[in-house]
Amino acid sequence: MSPSPSGPAGGSLADLGTEPPDGPRRFARILCRAVFPATATSMTSAEFEELLVDLTTRLATALHARPFDPTPARAVGEALVAAHCTAVDSLPRVLGVIDAYLVLYCADPATLTPDEARNRCARLQHAIAAGFAQALQERTRREQESLSRAAITAQTEIAEALHESETRFRAVFNDAAIGIAIADMAGNILNVNDALARMFGGSAHQVRSRNLLDLTHPEDSPDIWRMQRELMRGEREHYRVEKSYARADGTVLWTNLTVSLLRDADGEPRYMMSMTEDISERRLLHLRLRYQATHDALTDLPNRSLFFERLEQALSPGSGYGRVGLCYLDLDGFKAVNDSLGHAVGDQLLIAVAERLQSCTAGSGQMLARIGGDEFVALIVDPPTPRAVTELAERALEALASPVELGGRELMVRASIGVVEGPTRDLTAAEVLRSADITMYRAKAAGGNRFALADPDSDARAISRHHLTHHLPAALRGAEFFIEYQPLVAMRDGSLEGAEALVRWSHPRHGVLGPDRFIPLAEHTGLIVPLGRWVLREAVRQACQWQVRGIGGPRPLKVNVNLSPRQLHHPELVEETVTVLEEAGLPPSSLCLEVTETAMIRADENELRPLRELADLGVGIALDDFGTGYSNLANLRRLPASTLKLDRSFTLGLQRAPADPVDLKIVEGIVSLAHTLELSVTVEGVETSIQAERLRDLGCDSAQGWYYARPGPPEQLPEAV
Amino acid sequence: MERPAWAPHGIDLSVPSVSRMYDYYLGGSHNFEADRAAARRAIEAFPGLPKIMQANRAFMRRAVRFAISQGVTQFLDIGSGIPTFGNVHETARAASAEARVVYVDNDPVAVAHSRAVLADDARTDILAADFRDPLSIVGGDPVRRLLDLDRPVALLLVALLHFFDDDDKPGEHIAGLRDALPPGSLLVISHAATESLPGTRERGNRLSDVYRSGGATLVMRTRAEVTAFFDGFDLVEPGVVPLPDWRPEAPVEDEDPIVHAGYAGVGRRA
Repeated sequence: MSPSPSGPAGGSLADLGTEPPDGPRRFARILCRAVFPATATSMTSAEFEELLVDLTTRLATALHARPFDPTPARAVGEALVAAHCTAVDSLPRVLGVIDAYLVLYCADPATLTPDEARNRCARLQHAIAAGFAQALQERTRREQESLSRAAITAQTEIAEALHESETRFRAVFNDAAIGIAIADMAGNILNVNDALARMFGGSAHQVRSRNLLDLTHPEDSPDIWRMQRELMRGEREHYRVEKSYARADGTVLWTNLTVSLLRDADGEPRYMMSMTEDISERRLLHLRLRYQATHDALTDLPNRSLFFERLEQALSPGSGYGRVGLCYLDLDGFKAVNDSLGHAVGDQLLIAVAERLQSCTAGSGQMLARIGGDEFVALIVDPPTPRAVTELAERALEALASPVELGGRELMVRASIGVVEGPTRDLTAAEVLRSADITMYRAKAAGGNRFALADPDSDARAISRHHLTHHLPAALRGAEFFIEYQPLVAMRDGSLEGAEALVRWSHPRHGVLGPDRFIPLAEHTGLIVPLGRWVLREAVRQACQWQVRGIGGPRPLKVNVNLSPRQLHHPELVEETVTVLEEAGLPPSSLCLEVTETAMIRADENELRPLRELADLGVGIALDDFGTGYSNLANLRRLPASTLKLDRSFTLGLQRAPADPVDLKIVEGIVSLAHTLELSVTVEGVETSIQAERLRDLGCDSAQGWYYARPGPPEQLPEAV
Repeated sequence: MERPAWAPHGIDLSVPSVSRMYDYYLGGSHNFEADRAAARRAIEAFPGLPKIMQANRAFMRRAVRFAISQGVTQFLDIGSGIPTFGNVHETARAASAEARVVYVDNDPVAVAHSRAVLADDARTDILAADFRDPLSIVGGDPVRRLLDLDRPVALLLVALLHFFDDDDKPGEHIAGLRDALPPGSLLVISHAATESLPGTRERGNRLSDVYRSGGATLVMRTRAEVTAFFDGFDLVEPGVVPLPDWRPEAPVEDEDPIVHAGYAGVGRRA
């Protein structure tokens, strides 16, 4: 093969490996223009043309090779496949251009005859086609295989993911604390989990053999059945109800049941799923809490809140009841039991009382509740007659008539009952209770151990104890209290000795209230401590003022202040009293604290110590209401008292003329005894001059009473006597 | 293995897949008979379809090279389909050794195939996710691992959006993706259109019918509609134009006129 610079291709083919001659490049350009539009190659047309230049060079070389071998042309076919000239008309275009132009542009006529050139060109085309076909076949197989592999991989992955997700859901299903059942649309149960089987106390098999409709229990309520039917018709996605089931062993299972509809991909109802939550425990707890919240722990009777709930229910317009009756019972002297025998005995007594009362209120429409310490109330809904309510009160008093035996001791129980009966439409719960409360107090004021019937007139005048108790704190803050002073007079010369401070409540609605109306309440609620402190400070300040102004002559005036049992127990009594005296600058001897005989004799040595300390400081201590407390007279010696205040009951008999000789003797005896014990004697309730004279003759030291002066404001004191 | 919520419960190879039909248009053999039958019906409905697909591929390659010329070497190609020759990562890698590519597809077979093909390529990966769930894409592992979202990314939605009708709210999903990408990022879109080539509307409708009968959607959109997808991006020259007119590298006159049935455009995130 010799170089032929004058060849039609315009360049030598001998110089392989260098820049191809003009002929093949021009051929490649033609080929590119014909084929490039039919390729799917990612090459640009310039890149593609470069590839074709290379392929053309190979073809030109093969065309001239001696001996002629078409095999290299197969590689050209393969290269075309590799370059993605695989569109249907790619190969015809390639072969068409080769057939028409390869010899023209690339054959060297000097070394190849035209016939030889055409012949070789045809055989090269066969080889290109064969190489193309084989490469395309291989590529196709390769691609098909890799795609199949990908499809299988993807399917496997999806299957695995499905399996895992199913495993996960199965675990959730099996281990859920909630009971789950899945049923077809006819209710046949297909799956149940362990939790559901456990709830029904049976095996999964047992539950599975049932129908979902058994679980939804249509007979429970028409509502459930209606919702179940709506669900089965696909009109409802789910419903939720609270349901109970009787277990085979007779126990009751309480559940929250949710039934849901599961639809298929086309939205058609396919399955039903029930989810059952066992709420038996929670329900029990709820019931227990509710019971605790509505019952009194001591007597197990309904408490105040349940009583009110029932009463309000009975009084509500929709209740259908026409009348209600109410017995409000308060034990007489229960506080004394608690104070003297201790709370444990008091509690036992309340339990015994509750039991006895309960036996009287067993009838239908009747309810007994304990609404306070020693307060019980019996409610009768729709009493057959008004008389039935008073009969109940009578039965209650009868039931308490025989003594209660507690720890070998027999206790007499007395009670006062307020009875209210009336039409429901006219009453509110608060009104009924208030009326009963007031009426009960009327029974108590009349001596106790009896019942009283509510009477609208006395109701209107009366002031409910609850009302006062409720308003006491605000009254103290709002300075609704004031003090009146009742002069104490020296019997020997009728001169002014001092005054007893008496607290009053100027109630904004009920006017001025005496201590008997609110001191017991204040004592009961503990408000007596701040109230007493205020009274003491105020009275001491007042006494100081009198002294400074020289009222009462050369002897300094004294002031008497009452001390309640609760104040007596107050740990800071001594300290506070001393502070008050010091702050006001009043000598201790100008203050006298009055303690009732009952409180004093009940006090043990510990409780007397503060009084003793005060007495040692010079504060006078008076034994108030002496003669009402059945003192052991011998005990008087050990008390820190300096004065006896004789109860007015002793002086009553001395008002008459002639005086009751027994009363005279008694008073004489007491005065004599007191003086032996170095106690001075003050008499209360002196209302006449005869009384005053007799008492002076009997040796009484001081007196107070209307005969001398009524209690009044402090500024009236100077002219009082 | 975590299975995305949208993934099918199984693979039904008797249902044509748009990515395998696409492969068939390009002369590939990554397809099954159902795909080929559907693709042949599509070509019958819209003769010249393979040409459009080639023009689309050519546009994609020009866009990738354009991105690299702009210094953007990270690519997020959603709806990548079956990886065949001249894919994004090959084109990008040829232009820059730095290039990183994450393909995204929701066709499990395409994903499995891609994973096999890309197994040895540390800078390219495939994520099984759906365009309609942008958060799972930008939060997906390959994206987090391969792409630095603090640097510009070229987001490729090539021949993808016409598979979503307006009910799918494609604009919202693009916005979701856009918000995850930094300024300077590029959005590359090509979209089927008959408006761009007069007299093809009837054929386009027939083509849509073919896709619909195979359970897929194919929506032709107008230039205005395609331009609207670039909300938040500044279109680079020459804007939204027929496929071959976007920054051609060879004389356009050589092209079969049918390839004008399709719009292409590139935008830069402001």
